[in-house]
Amino acid sequence: MAGQVLSGWGRYPRVACRLVEPRDAEEATQAILAADSLIARGNGRAYGDAALNPQGTLSMLRQGRLLAFDPSTGLLTCEAGVLLADIVALFVPRGWFPPVTPGTKFVTIGGMIAADVHGKNHHAAGSFGNHVASLDLALGDGRVLRCSPSENAELFAATCGGMGLTGVILRASFRLVPIETSRIRQETLPARNLDEVMELFEASQAWTYSVAWIDCLAKGRSVGRSLLYRGEHARPDELPVESRGTPLASPGKATKRLPVDFPAVALNRWSVRAFNELYFHAGRPGIKIIDYDSFFYPLDAILEWNRIYGSSGFTQYQCVLPKAASPQGMRLLLERIAKAAAGSFLAVLKLLGRQDGMLSFPMEGYTLALDFRATAATFSLLLELDAIVRDHGGRLYLAKDARGGAQMLRSGYPRLDRFAAIRGAAGGNRVKFSSLQSQRLGL
Amino acid sequence: MTTSSSPSVLVLGAASDVGRAIAAEYARTGASLILAARRAARLDPDAADLRLRYAVEVRTAEFDVLDTAGHQAFLDGLGVLPDIAVCVVGLLGDQARAQNDFAAAELIIRSNYVGPASILGEIANRMEVRGGGVIIGVSSVAGDRGRASNYVYGSAKAGLTAFLSGLRNRLAAPGVRVITVKPGFIRTPMTAGMALPPLLTALPEEVGRAVVAAARRGRDVIYVRPVWCGIMAVICHLPERLFKRMRI
Repeated sequence: MAGQVLSGWGRYPRVACRLVEPRDAEEATQAILAADSLIARGNGRAYGDAALNPQGTLSMLRQGRLLAFDPSTGLLTCEAGVLLADIVALFVPRGWFPPVTPGTKFVTIGGMIAADVHGKNHHAAGSFGNHVASLDLALGDGRVLRCSPSENAELFAATCGGMGLTGVILRASFRLVPIETSRIRQETLPARNLDEVMELFEASQAWTYSVAWIDCLAKGRSVGRSLLYRGEHARPDELPVESRGTPLASPGKATKRLPVDFPAVALNRWSVRAFNELYFHAGRPGIKIIDYDSFFYPLDAILEWNRIYGSSGFTQYQCVLPKAASPQGMRLLLERIAKAAAGSFLAVLKLLGRQDGMLSFPMEGYTLALDFRATAATFSLLLELDAIVRDHGGRLYLAKDARGGAQMLRSGYPRLDRFAAIRGAAGGNRVKFSSLQSQRLGL
Repeated sequence: MTTSSSPSVLVLGAASDVGRAIAAEYARTGASLILAARRAARLDPDAADLRLRYAVEVRTAEFDVLDTAGHQAFLDGLGVLPDIAVCVVGLLGDQARAQNDFAAAELIIRSNYVGPASILGEIANRMEVRGGGVIIGVSSVAGDRGRASNYVYGSAKAGLTAFLSGLRNRLAAPGVRVITVKPGFIRTPMTAGMALPPLLTALPEEVGRAVVAAARRGRDVIYVRPVWCGIMAVICHLPERLFKRMRI
């Protein structure tokens, strides 16, 4: 129990928080009862202030135990502090894969549920919450409730995507999906502009995974220039002959650690432009068989890559626009970003499928995600982007957010009142569970 | 001692972070485990986790280090004497309280010395009869020299260190190995409030790896981070006239 300076993955903001680290569910409920105000924290991969509370931040990392696995159904039960990286490392060799994975495997299962994360298969598989069979939720009054689509169903629905505000997720059961190999058959398709990449997304609806890396500095007719990657779990007969004997082999470990903070000038419009040029010309169209790390977690290979944005930290802007409004809205967003020439190396574009959550981010339409160094200029640019998102009926992703306003939240999440009612009805939760983010957003 | 490639390992104090880390490291090598702690039911999730991750056999057992009268029965109840016994039991306690309230001091002494000496002494006798085994006692650098800030704890650990040293000496011939582990600072919630120097502070997983490696390499006494060996050598050799005026 101590004041410890914590931040999200974006290293902005950084705040001294009273950290409690319970070893098990029993200690966790004791800590909840003892606290006036508290938020659960997983592995700190939310970018902003979602898992920060100076009065009480409850780390779930000591509760990282696997509890049960049924190989006949793929149902895995574990404590909320288990890292997805552990699950992938253990279960891929046994022929199982997470049903949904975000772009990093260094997240906890509790965090994945609280942020209701999505992956490159959202159009086909929905978000992570769709695959959760049940979870155990500790409430503000010390009770622990089993929640599932059939038991305490409303609380379950509010907890998926609820950013820890409905209680502390202690355990969860979810279904892994069977795989035959550890490799992905990836096809790369270049798109010269936004219209082309959207056509490619539509044409890729039958693929399990699809995502595009987009050049945020491209202007004029090239706005939206991108590389679309689509993928399927490879079949054994698609592997190179020498790998067919070990179809479920784990990829080799080739992680590097960023040794120092980059100086703030290292990332500027020229270096980013040069990188993007190289990147787009290096991306060869065609099909290849690659390991799952390269396909799902390319940035995890560089540990602590968040230091590339310098010591002041950065913020990731991720929005989604309804599908009908996407062609026009995305163009406006990309033009504004290109004009400011402030974007990150690359941005990610993805077509999401239908989703019907309360505080869950996904909706049917296009989502765009990109990083910005945390500066005053960035924050005023983001206000302009907010206006475009709002005008097109879109919303921001709370797992990335460190600066949005209450108005923006309200316009983006029409079921907010329902969320508040469910949260308020459960055991003193309204008062007890809050984060700097929820306080900022008036949640 | 069984000669199979997967030894059985008893971890006393398996509910602690260091106990969990040592158990996990042994499970990684394929050992079967008996996890023991005061409330065995609390260990069920740990046991399930080790089975799922490492596909090893794991049992749990109720063990109270302070109940020295029950230690024989505890070992009898295990059925088979393990190949390796690790004792991670300990209580840091509160020095200020302990120096004013002997009941508090006694609890520290019983938890860190009397209890471990009882159970490890009995295990040693049984391993001697069998003619083999490994005993690993987690002691502390605090036992190397008494200091104002934690001498009650330190004196109990000094007792444990001397006890382990004597056991090692006695059992060298019958083939029972005794290893003393001195972790130095460990990053756990117990020490989260303290400003610990990073270079001197080990993570529990590091202690786990060091313990298993020490047993494999046949070491007698280890400091988890070698830098502690030098530090404690200096501290132990300071003249008492100087040392007694220092606050370290």
